[in-house]
Amino acid sequence: MSRPTRGFVGKRRAPRDRRLPPGQYDIGRDFPVLTAEVTPSVRTERWTMAIDGLVRQPGKWTWDELHRLPQEEYRGDIHCVTTWSKFDTRFGGVSVDLLLDQVEPLPEATHVLATSTTGYTTNLPLEHLRNGKAWLVWTHEGKPLHREHGGPVRLLVPHLYFWKSAKWITKLTLLDHDEQGFWERNGYHDLGDPWTEQRYQGD
Amino acid sequence: MTDPRGWRYAEVAEVRHDTPHSVTLCLDVPGRVRHLAGQHYVVRLTAEDGYRAQRSYSVASAPDAPLLELFVERLEDGEVSTYLADVVEPGDELEIRGPIGGWFAWNGTTPALGVGGGSGVVPLISMLRHNSDNFRIAASVRTAEDLPYANELTAAGALIAVTREDFGGRAKGRLTAQELLPLYAPGAVCYVCGSAAFAEAASMLLLDIGVPTEDIRVERFGPSG
Ligand SMILES: Cc1cc2nc3c(=O)[nH]c(=O)nc-3n(C[C@H](O)[C@H](O)[C@H](O)COP(=O)(O)OP(=O)(O)OC[C@H]3O[C@@H](n4cnc5c(N)ncnc54)[C@H](O)[C@@H]3O)c2cc1C
Repeated sequence: MSRPTRGFVGKRRAPRDRRLPPGQYDIGRDFPVLTAEVTPSVRTERWTMAIDGLVRQPGKWTWDELHRLPQEEYRGDIHCVTTWSKFDTRFGGVSVDLLLDQVEPLPEATHVLATSTTGYTTNLPLEHLRNGKAWLVWTHEGKPLHREHGGPVRLLVPHLYFWKSAKWITKLTLLDHDEQGFWERNGYHDLGDPWTEQRYQGD
Repeated sequence: MTDPRGWRYAEVAEVRHDTPHSVTLCLDVPGRVRHLAGQHYVVRLTAEDGYRAQRSYSVASAPDAPLLELFVERLEDGEVSTYLADVVEPGDELEIRGPIGGWFAWNGTTPALGVGGGSGVVPLISMLRHNSDNFRIAASVRTAEDLPYANELTAAGALIAVTREDFGGRAKGRLTAQELLPLYAPGAVCYVCGSAAFAEAASMLLLDIGVPTEDIRVERFGPSG
């Protein structure tokens, strides 16, 4: 437990909403952008989504093929490690379960490395992409996902800090070990659970 | 915890107010890990009842400077920046962790260009202090009085763009691609830092003057930076 900081009271703005994880605040209608690279323009005609690594048959989908799959909507909250949370927001796309079922993960697959068209990577335990917890999305609030927010297609894993929801997603690689991604190599947490404030390595 | 970058208490050695809306804190960090220019620390404040708030602050000091220097812009109604600017005194202890970040970091050996908006200039100051021979810098601020490290920037011949006032013979207005062009040497890595809006605009200017995407590194200072 940290020692109190002399004279610090804090601004406990408004009563805390139970949807708000510790250390987060409600950003309201804004949707800030946080990325380490220049925002790319990805052309949907050329874009593909691949799943490879420890799977029975690697899969690849074009933009059109992805759109022919049964679509789902996520409606709920998202949490960014820079301390904002956004409540009750809507994303549309396909469930990651659907794609994983098609490629059939091998029993030894335990982790996933997600890669973006920019080369950005992030790591996640496979179970955190399973059972209705993760999506590939291309709409936000019913409109095409803006490229600053990862359009045309981003990964959405809303129960973890938002840097895990890789923008401009193009590939998932299944592994039998955890391999650190971009922010994780730079000191951020391997899992990133907002409810236990797993912001940095060692939290 | 023995993690050399983990939470620890630093003593505040010096508190300065170099511009009207900021505070500069020099911290004595026990067992400090040498940072790379561009990296940041996290400051965590704890109230008597255990309520906590934490924010990231870039390092302004050079890697070899004895004290760790942070420059914090005081945001009206900001939770942490108003505390740091209004309450902290020499002799206080602050809980911190770092250095953090390996991407927005420069080891000083290759040519680089820094483009900073407002307090986004801070990590670029660390770079400038580390190796001014290899570093060109452009700073953009709203008003001249809010320019962080004005003397050092002027002495280094920085391009200073003041958006709301005429300044040093330059008419008020945003940075332009034309102004950045002479600062850029092909092959230089470009470090862009500031609010999300500034970072977006500045990276577009760099793309305009022909900087390859992969040579641009961006640090965005949170929601409202
Ligand atoms: C990697 C990194 C490096 C950084 N380096 C620096 C640096 O070197 N120097 C620097 O000055 N900053 C830096 N920042 C920004 C810094 O971390 C803080 O975001 C900044 O100091 C503001 O924190 P705060 O607690 O004062 O304001 P906050 O309390 O977080 O508020 C920010 C703004 O939002 C408004 N706000 C917040 N919550 C509410 C609410 N519930 N209702 C209404 N309004 C609200 C406030 O009025 C304020 O204007 C950096 C950020 C990052 C991510």
